Amino acid sequence: MFEALTERLGQIFEGLTRRGALTESDVTAALREVRVALLEADVALPVVKKFIDEVHAKAIGTDVIRSVTPGQMVVKVVHDHLVQTLGAEADELRLAGAPPVAILMVGLQGSGKTTTTAKIGFRLKERDRKKVLMASLDTQRPAAQEQLKVLGEQAGVPTLPIIAGEMPVDIARRALTAARLGGYDIVLLDTAGRLHVDEALMAEAAAVADVSQPAETLLVVDALTGQDAVKVAERFTQRLKPTGVVMTRMDGDVRGGAALSMRAVTGCPIKLIGVGEKMDALDQFHPARVASRILGMGDVVSLVEKAAETIDRDEAAKLEARVKSGKFDMNDLAQQFRQMRKMGGMDGLLAYLPGVQKAKAQLAANKIDDRMLARQEAIILSMTKTERKNVKLLNGSRKRRIAAGSGTSVPEVNRLVKQFIQMADVMKKVGRMDPKLLRRHGIPGLIPRA
Amino acid sequence: MSDPRGAGVRPGLLARLKAGLARSASTFSDAIASALGSGRLDQATLDQLEEGLIAADLGVPTAAALIAGLKEERLGKEASADEVRAVLAGRIAARLAPLARPLAPDPARKPHVILVAGVNGTGKTTTIGKLAARFKAEGHRVVLAAADTFRAAAIEQLKVWSDRAGATFVAGAVGGDPAGVAFEALTRAMAEGADILIVDTAGRLQNKAALMEELAKIVRVLKRLEPSAPHDVVLVLDATTGQNAIGQVEVFQSVGAVSGLIMTKLDGTARGGVLVAIAEKFKLPIHAIGVGETIEDLQPFEADSFARALTGV
Ligand SMILES: Nc1nc2c(ncn2[C@@H]2O[C@H](COP(=O)(O)OP(=O)(O)OP(=O)(O)O)[C@@H](O)[C@H]2O)c(=O)[nH]1
Ligand SMILES: Nc1nc2c(ncn2[C@@H]2O[C@H](COP(=O)(O)OP(=O)(O)OP(=O)(O)O)[C@@H](O)[C@H]2O)c(=O)[nH]1
Ligand SMILES: [Mg+2]
Ligand SMILES: [Mg+2]
Repeated sequence: MFEALTERLGQIFEGLTRRGALTESDVTAALREVRVALLEADVALPVVKKFIDEVHAKAIGTDVIRSVTPGQMVVKVVHDHLVQTLGAEADELRLAGAPPVAILMVGLQGSGKTTTTAKIGFRLKERDRKKVLMASLDTQRPAAQEQLKVLGEQAGVPTLPIIAGEMPVDIARRALTAARLGGYDIVLLDTAGRLHVDEALMAEAAAVADVSQPAETLLVVDALTGQDAVKVAERFTQRLKPTGVVMTRMDGDVRGGAALSMRAVTGCPIKLIGVGEKMDALDQFHPARVASRILGMGDVVSLVEKAAETIDRDEAAKLEARVKSGKFDMNDLAQQFRQMRKMGGMDGLLAYLPGVQKAKAQLAANKIDDRMLARQEAIILSMTKTERKNVKLLNGSRKRRIAAGSGTSVPEVNRLVKQFIQMADVMKKVGRMDPKLLRRHGIPGLIPRA
Repeated sequence: MSDPRGAGVRPGLLARLKAGLARSASTFSDAIASALGSGRLDQATLDQLEEGLIAADLGVPTAAALIAGLKEERLGKEASADEVRAVLAGRIAARLAPLARPLAPDPARKPHVILVAGVNGTGKTTTIGKLAARFKAEGHRVVLAAADTFRAAAIEQLKVWSDRAGATFVAGAVGGDPAGVAFEALTRAMAEGADILIVDTAGRLQNKAALMEELAKIVRVLKRLEPSAPHDVVLVLDATTGQNAIGQVEVFQSVGAVSGLIMTKLDGTARGGVLVAIAEKFKLPIHAIGVGETIEDLQPFEADSFARALTGV
């Protein structure tokens, strides 16, 4: 861990073998780099300043543990403070109170409110066995109410019937009444996107909150948000007093500094994170992981967990057996490509690895990217079943057919076949050495070299 | 042998990853002597200016470079903060001005095809509605294609905009092949002799390989019918987005040959300063800005006012 930032700090502390407590000048020099790292991660400037001041006070006089460098020590202090600032692990939604309990969703335009509403509805229904009703109060955006209705159908969560022309506050009232009469536990209120500076719309949201007395008002924030996070957080906090934050699009290739800005300015816990567009793409917030991400240190823990989740154990066992018996073929390779895609493709994987921002250039230079993987997969998919089982069948005319079918070229097909043969050799060796290795390293191990 | 790092093929990848870790030099150093006499440009003022730029999302390297240039020239010279600010705005504007270029459909194309792409929720569909209305008002016959077949009610949303703008609307089945919709829409637009076809696409994060491939396929399929299409590939950026926007341009550019940018949501407090870094790096035309949710809330991009807003002049 701590590699990217530590590496930078290494330069500052180069030649510094002295041990003992961190001095004022050590800390000041190191924190200058930390400041840049935080700003690069889109943490808002006032939040960065405050954070640096706090860490400064904390770090001076800290004993440098024997086995680490002063740079690593500073990073450790920074990381710990970041985790602490980001808040508690897995803060659950507050659903106490007489049913129906209302949850109000607010945020800027396009931040992901409607999608998140449906995801939360789905989660409460599936995981917590709650009876949930959803209602869209968005009378602004074209087809917004329709959108929630469709998502409700996908999630298996009922939505309040749409009445054209009804005003948001009236919809909220009707939703609460319907929920009461229908014996619902929870009523989720999705609202229109609004700018924090739009007085009329902020007042409208406040009126909805008045009527519905929500147990939770969730501020939905795009993880890609930059410096504006502070102003958004300030205004929404003043006007609507949110009780929690949801960060969406955490599945992006993003450092996610907005999480820190939000947490620091709203004072609210980050309750959930959105990690995709599908109904189940909602996760708990893990401060330690997000802290590592913000500092650009990758997120090895998440990678490991994700790998464990996505890799189908049965498939892995089957693959292992095939490798052992020397039967690894193009079908297996295509399978591996699919597996990689499930994990978010090359970039999805790389996003979890430390120091990876800079490694990307290197990968690009080697032309190892998702497009290459996609092209290679297309080549395999253009082969017949028998060809995939036995690449020796591939003569010139077959290769031409495959190239045309996959929108690639014969040299590309040749390259893949060559790589595959090399890989199959490696596979045989791996199989002989230790079958567990394959299960563990199947995916990265199979990335062919360009 | 069971040490995960000790054997197998994985070290190949990790070694290569590590080999690529170029050391990053810090671009900014503020170890400069303290403030000079009053009335002269001093370091404190420069720092303040730099912070202002960072707070407007210019990013540390771009902000630092701008300030460094300023410092070299003006440090210690007589200048009020406001004058310096104006100079700074002027410099930013000078860089952006050559890129300010409205979308200009080629009348020789029947139709001129505009593909609109971007990450989720940036404002693609809304912007298409605004563009369609503008082109209609200019007397063009416009067709809109609902090639976002994924997001719930995306088709209905574009339909509403299409009706508002008075465009012809082409959609396919929910969950269908987006490239198929684009193909059908282009076929129809050609048959009807339409002037402009605008293709709406689903939002996609740039690190989703399969979705980026889907976009590449839309481009390929359009080209099958009309090799010169799409004539414009517009990437829609959200002004509230921070430094990630640079990566967005980079990846969309490599997949879909982005030809120009539109930045939305500049009616809020976000200043969209990342556009300065993007302009520097990619030199892509900036066609327009979104300043609200109604059909007329699309304005031509003006380098001057954009730069002034960034520097707080
Ligand atoms: N990749 C990804 N996309 C998301 C996530 N959450 C939402 N989206 C997408 O973001 C886009 C906008 O989501 P919406 O739910 O419509 O956003 P909204 O805040 O309701 O938008 P308005 O109602 O217009 O303000 C859609 O394309 C969603 O599919 C997420 O966690 N990850
Ligand atoms: N304030 C403001 N809101 C905007 C602007 N442009 C779009 N929006 C709003 O942003 C939200 C998302 O806009 P869409 O057009 O649905 O975005 P999209 O990129 O098509 O979204 P997906 O298809 O889900 O990826 C809607 O609520 C729009 O009304 C703008 O310039 N200013
Ligand atoms: Mg919505
Ligand atoms: Mg859309």
